[in-house]
Order: sequence, then C-alpha cells, then structure tokens
Amino acid sequence: MAGVVASFRRARKGGISVTFGTDESRVLRHVLAEMVELVGPGDASGTPDDDPLAVAIGIGTSTQAPADPALARLFPDGYSDDPEASADFRRYTEPGLRGAKLLALQTALATVGEPGERVTLTSDQAEAWLRALNDTRLVLGERLGITDEIEAVIESLGEDDPRLALFWVYDRLTFLQETLVQAIWTGP
Amino acid sequence: MSVAPVEIEETDADTVVVPDKPWVTIVWNDPVNLMSYVAFVFQKHFGYSREKSTELMMDVHQKGRAVVSGGTREEMERDVEAMHGYGLWATMQHDE
Repeated sequence: MAGVVASFRRARKGGISVTFGTDESRVLRHVLAEMVELVGPGDASGTPDDDPLAVAIGIGTSTQAPADPALARLFPDGYSDDPEASADFRRYTEPGLRGAKLLALQTALATVGEPGERVTLTSDQAEAWLRALNDTRLVLGERLGITDEIEAVIESLGEDDPRLALFWVYDRLTFLQETLVQAIWTGP
Repeated sequence: MSVAPVEIEETDADTVVVPDKPWVTIVWNDPVNLMSYVAFVFQKHFGYSREKSTELMMDVHQKGRAVVSGGTREEMERDVEAMHGYGLWATMQHDE
C-alpha cells in the first residue's frame, strides 16, 4: 500500500509485529547490510592479532578509538579522564561489544520480511531491532554531522544535495525506533 | 561470598578516610539518542522505576550529563560496557 508508513506494534497474540512496504523493506535491507559491513568482525586498527589465545579469548588489540568517527561513536572511551584505563577497557570490551552489535544487526536483517509481509518478533528479536536501529542512527548521525541544530543543517542543504536522502532515511528510522520503544516498554 | 572488614582511618573527629574511593558511571547527552530510549535503557539495565528512569534521562538531557550509578570499579566497568552496548555515551570516573 503506497503511503503507509510502518510502525512496530504489540501483537495481540504476543510479540511485536511490523509490516514493511516495498520501499521501506528495500531501504532497510540496504542500510542494515551497510551497517553489518561497517561493524563486522575485525580489529578496528586493521592489523591482525598475532596471539591466537588473545583472539580465542576475545581480547582485542585496539587500544584507541576507531579512526572512523562513526565507529568511534559506537565504541567510545570507557573512562572520563584516564586514557590508559580506557585503552585496557577497550581491549577487553570492544570485541564483545562489536560481536553483540553485529548479531543485533544480523537479526534485524534476517527479520525484515518480504514487502507487505507481517513479521512478528519475539522479545529477543525486538530488542535486537532496538539496538540495530539505534546503532544505525548513531552512525548516520555521525556521517550527517547531526548536532542539536539539525533543523539548521537541513535548511542549509541545497535541493540536489545527496545528503537530503540520508536525512530522510535517518528521520524514518527515528520514527520507527520510537514506535518500537513504545511497543516494548509497556511496564510501570 | 565473604565481606572483609573495611579499615577506616580517622584523622580527626570530622574526617573519615575510606581506602576504596567509590566510582561512578556518567551518561552524557547526545543529539541522536531518543529520550524514550534512554529512559528505557535505564529501566532495563538498572531496574529503576519508570519515574526514576525518566528523571535521570531528563537530567542527562537538560544538564548534559548525569550520574546513573555508583560502586566499585568492576561494577562501573560492567555498567559502562552495558551502556555502550545500548549505544549510550557513558564514561566512568572517581566520585567527586
């Protein structure tokens, strides 16, 4: 149905349901696949880990925030004022965080459903979507330079600016995530 | 689980020196995270009531940052890691 915008809802029989149209389905698959590429396995520094034990345990070799600012936003420093402690914290937590974020993105990608198909998500899948949507918006936000003055940025864009489409996607994902939080969070 | 007695060194009647300085987790405001999502994360991870979660979220939103938990270094590292997992911007430091 043209013009109908998808939103997550609590399904009467339990779970959370959503139906994506053709365009939404296509854009979501594209954006989520891009995110999987970005977040995917591997050391942010790009150098292979020589220590197979470290690799097995999941200790990373990154001691600094990723050079890509969008990735850096997903893996910020852990300590306010201690770069050495932050480096240690990063080595021990970044691989696990990366894996968890990747899994959430892959879960979302696997449950987009066919255009027009009503998908019912378990609570685990719904939470995966929540994290996936949030991480995607964080990355898009970084790429678009979204600060609190987003309206000013949008106004400054010319009609032909390729970023306009990205802003539109960001906006849609914001709405979508909001409906998901509402659908999930019904407790006191 | 055993609890060792805490040694408290009293320097004078008004000062108590506690050897293990407490740590806190701070969540920082950012322009992307939804207010509803931030409050949801606080409720989900810390088990705070909806009211307290909303209050903390408003603190983050209006003041730019808020202390969301306090405890040992290990406990705060777990909280910060969880916050990063949810996409919130959090750091830990000694309690001021």
